[in-house]
Amino acid sequence: MTANEIITSLFVFALAGFLGLEIIRKVPKLLHTPLMALTNALSAISLVGSLVILGENQTTYSTILGFVAVVASTINVVGGFLITDKMLRMFRRAPRPAAPAGEEAKP
Amino acid sequence: MRGHLVELAYLVSVIGFALSLKWMTAVATARRGILAGEIAFGIAIIATLINPAITSTGWFLIIIALALGTLIGIPLGLRVPMTAMPERIALSHAFGALAAGLVGIAHYYLTYHSSNKFETAVLGVEIVLGCLVFTGSLMASGKLHEMLPQRPITFQGQNYFNFVVLGVALVLIIVLTFSPTSTWIVPILVVLGLMFGVLLIIPIGGADMPTVIALLNSYAGLSASALGFVLDNKLLIVAGALDGTSGLVLAIIMCRAMNRSFRNVLFGAFGKLDESTAEAGGEVGNVRSASPDEAAELMKMARSVVIVPGYGMAVAQAQHKVRELADALEKEGVDVRYAIHPVAGRMPGHMNVLLAEANVPYDKLLDMDEINSDFPQVDVVLVLGANDVVNPAARHEKSSPIYGMPILNVDQAQTIMVVKRSMRAGFAGIENELFYNPKTLMVFGDAKQVVSELVIEVSGQRDAISL
Repeated sequence: MTANEIITSLFVFALAGFLGLEIIRKVPKLLHTPLMALTNALSAISLVGSLVILGENQTTYSTILGFVAVVASTINVVGGFLITDKMLRMFRRAPRPAAPAGEEAKP
Repeated sequence: MRGHLVELAYLVSVIGFALSLKWMTAVATARRGILAGEIAFGIAIIATLINPAITSTGWFLIIIALALGTLIGIPLGLRVPMTAMPERIALSHAFGALAAGLVGIAHYYLTYHSSNKFETAVLGVEIVLGCLVFTGSLMASGKLHEMLPQRPITFQGQNYFNFVVLGVALVLIIVLTFSPTSTWIVPILVVLGLMFGVLLIIPIGGADMPTVIALLNSYAGLSASALGFVLDNKLLIVAGALDGTSGLVLAIIMCRAMNRSFRNVLFGAFGKLDESTAEAGGEVGNVRSASPDEAAELMKMARSVVIVPGYGMAVAQAQHKVRELADALEKEGVDVRYAIHPVAGRMPGHMNVLLAEANVPYDKLLDMDEINSDFPQVDVVLVLGANDVVNPAARHEKSSPIYGMPILNVDQAQTIMVVKRSMRAGFAGIENELFYNPKTLMVFGDAKQVVSELVIEVSGQRDAISL
């Protein structure tokens, strides 16, 4: 990694941090748990790093570490997206008085 | 050329991630946000896999690893109940940190003879951070799952010892930076990181879990970002930074909602044993108690009822019964709303997902700021498994550990009903003067049991049976 690349990366990091602060501040408290689940799934993008380590298969040692890392990240991606979706499906508004609650009327 | 195409694909993914979070700012668009995130993820994975350096054995292993991860991930996504959400989220932080840490270690041993100082320093930090978050999150998950004691564990000179461990790790990272070929240092860093994660969490009590989970979320993101620096991968840097700031913002919100600083949360061992204050609050007044049928009568006659849920509701799994009670009251023409304190429960937004699971419409769930000015007009407040977040001592009792914490002003309502097992003090071990308020009625019993009886009384099912 050259000095130039490092500087560029620092720019990217700083700007992404500010972007994150601005967006996350606008997320309502209602959605904080789904938000945690979603950001968790997104940060499992470290999968791209572990896929390369595993795929290049350079030493037994690195392959084993890569394998465990790919499994762990995949659990987070699959589980994270599914659970966020499951939570968000539960959030519903009160049925409007005009429209009778037809969707899931409980006995 | 291929490298540039992969970079461009990552750029598209980064935009997808940003949109995904942006759409998460409103319930109406949140599910679109998931879709954006999934598509962005897919693009990044495909771009990564178009790589001639991947061997045929590598392909075979990749497919097995992806399949294995998917097999474990599906039940973790679909089967976990909402009540177990805090420990589930903590566990996923552990997985994320484990992956980041392992890639960091593997990368070090593959490249140490050719890496420069900056890379090595970042790699050292990344490995320690990954290991720390791994054991820390496992500990947090174990505490939340009640496999480990929830009370803070402290010992003499604990903070001093923690700083020594951290200091040794930092010194070793510096040594490693100037001599990247000292391969013996990395295993020690791993051990120190794993140790520090455990040390960091053992003094944390249950009431501080929301902040700590958010902080671990932030650290997990930062370790992914550090890995991005090491691998020179901008996608990782951005995704990690977004995750890191998200956890940080949540942690700040949690701290503000408790009027405490990070330092105090991490090193204060809050809720350990506040015997002094428990004794000081000894001017015990009279407690009025009520039976569920008396409570039900009062609620039926009310115009407006506000339910204040807390961790106790989650433990008793009473959220479905609460929804039934609200339905029965609404049938009687009572307006029912919910007041949610930011730190109610064990993670940010815990009460909201529990009540959403029980089909409570989300427009009935009100933040502390939204509902606090309404309490004087509320006829009945039903406090269900919450304690410290409704303790008026936070407003005036300077010696109280929760002094200055913003609370729900339930004492301004006409009648306050508190459902509690006994007069035992709350999680922070603090006496609650609300219970001695002349307007307060204590309804003793298990939250689920009491609410079930309230449902029967309010809906008049008992009369129907006796007829």
